[in-house]
Amino acid sequence: MRAEAKSAPGWLRRWLEGDVGWSFRRTPVAWISALALLALVLTAFAAPLIAPQNPYDLKQIFIDKAELPPIWMADGELPFLLGTDPQGRDVLSAILYGSRVSLIIGFASVLTAMALGVTIGLVAGYYGGWVDNLLMRLADTVLSIPTLLMAILVSAIFRELLPPAMREPFAAIVLVASISLTSWVQYARTVRAQTMVERRKEYVLAARIIKVSSGRIMRRHILPNTLTPVLVAATLNLGLAILSEATLSFLGVGMPITQPSLGTLIRIGNQYLFSGAWWLVVFSALQLGLIVLSVNLLGDWLRDALNPKLR
Amino acid sequence: MPIFLLKRLANSAGVMLAVAFLAFMIFRFVGDPVELMLNEQATQAQRDALRVRLGLDQGFLLQFASFVGNALRGDFGISYRNQQDVFLLIAERFPATFELVLTATFLSLAIGVPLGVYTAIKRDSRFAQALQFISVLGVSLPSFAVGILFILLFSVTLQWLPAFGRGQTVQLGWWSTGLLTGSGRRALILPGITLSLFQITLVMRLVRAEMLETLRTDFIRFARARGLPDAAINFRHALRNCLMPVITVTGLQIGNLIAFALVTETVFQWPGMGLLFVQAVTYVDIPVMAAYLIVVSFIFVALNTAVDLLYGVVDPRLRDEAAKGASNAR
Repeated sequence: MRAEAKSAPGWLRRWLEGDVGWSFRRTPVAWISALALLALVLTAFAAPLIAPQNPYDLKQIFIDKAELPPIWMADGELPFLLGTDPQGRDVLSAILYGSRVSLIIGFASVLTAMALGVTIGLVAGYYGGWVDNLLMRLADTVLSIPTLLMAILVSAIFRELLPPAMREPFAAIVLVASISLTSWVQYARTVRAQTMVERRKEYVLAARIIKVSSGRIMRRHILPNTLTPVLVAATLNLGLAILSEATLSFLGVGMPITQPSLGTLIRIGNQYLFSGAWWLVVFSALQLGLIVLSVNLLGDWLRDALNPKLR
Repeated sequence: MPIFLLKRLANSAGVMLAVAFLAFMIFRFVGDPVELMLNEQATQAQRDALRVRLGLDQGFLLQFASFVGNALRGDFGISYRNQQDVFLLIAERFPATFELVLTATFLSLAIGVPLGVYTAIKRDSRFAQALQFISVLGVSLPSFAVGILFILLFSVTLQWLPAFGRGQTVQLGWWSTGLLTGSGRRALILPGITLSLFQITLVMRLVRAEMLETLRTDFIRFARARGLPDAAINFRHALRNCLMPVITVTGLQIGNLIAFALVTETVFQWPGMGLLFVQAVTYVDIPVMAAYLIVVSFIFVALNTAVDLLYGVVDPRLRDEAAKGASNAR
């Protein structure tokens, strides 16, 4: 670790030797889950390079290779390490491509929700008064509808409003919108509370006296001081966002079969469960569980590491 | 107290009105109700007649007012798909969901509380740490995947339990129950466990955190000094002080469980409201979607309000505060 830290670039070394980095090095759960997540992300994004087959290229799919079991079972065949689905697609390749879809949607939803929530929280906390009241009542209303139900409705409505030809290409965007529209409240509340504290401090007053614009004060002065809890929430919410996406896709209001995410793969596999082809469901579910587990473990660690009370 | 009560009720009513508005917007603007309800051969006169009958020729606010009025009387219109009264459809499916949610809540308390106490008392033991890790695992695996894996293991491979449906049900008035027959109870096991898994981990973590907090307090130390047996300290003194937040969270979570049951119901083809809703989404059956939104949100908001109000009744500290300065409360 020492030698590695010395050869690493400056910012990484500073980070590893700081408080959080120290806790990171001392917590095996943290770096094991970080490494696992890194491996999962890299394999997912390198899918076109490393997957044995492009599952969306019909030329590479052979129907006579359909429903082969994984390689260690009697009828298994190379190169289909985890078997094939009833259309003859390689399960491993489908999972790698599917993970990429799940991860992209997860990251995009968290970033969108964060941007939305932070903006609303800053504005509500900074201006106060009726603006604050209006925005926070909106947040209450969003919270008073169960998140999953809300996400399904938003997703279903967006799809219905799009013309049929545009539904498949826009499926990912609709999903990101429906997940982020239901999960921004937590960020907004956190940032609002912090902003209400910060805006009374002297550095903000000083900035106002020299006529720095409100927008700039919020962005450059207050925002950096509210980010720590937001980052913790974002990490923990990444796991939730990936799960929400999978759930929506499983219910049939998410990614279409032409560009399946892990949730869609489980939905497809579920239809063949009773005919004995268990491998598509089991391996997709395992991959999904692994991704979310490593994100959650990392998030749990980050929350504890950044909490000064626990030090 | 009365002011607090009124404020809280007004707040809830406001939220419900917002939900009703959302449902109304869905009903009114996602697809044209007239196009969806009539077949393609309908004449213009028939279309106009239906438009008038549905009140779609009136002003926007008037339409919303009559929508709310109808909803208050339990009239959510007719399902596009099977031409039945939406409220009756939901009422017919409600017992199945309710029994599932009740089972899941019971399981979460029966399993989660002892596990939470155990992991708090023996927090350095291997087993307790393993349980902590499993609880993170329980939050990370999506419930639908767990349900499918259960079906694969217990229904397809071992053939112990049914994979779908409610088994045999008994009709008690309008309520259909699966609790009175053997097959009904067996059918409840897998969906019940699947739905409760997340809840179990939640209760367990909550009890653990509260127990750790309570075990550090002076009155527990004093009880130890008096030489009371460990079991009495842990269960009679410590656990009792932890139950308040557990009951609150359990109560609040029932609303979430009802919403989340729709995933479990889809996996197990459980004939509850959730499955009805998911099918309605697939077929764009807007009145059912809108009605389900209102019904579930109503249960959710009602539980929240009830828990908030009960807090004032149960916790004497809050009650005294409210008595001293009603205007200061909230």
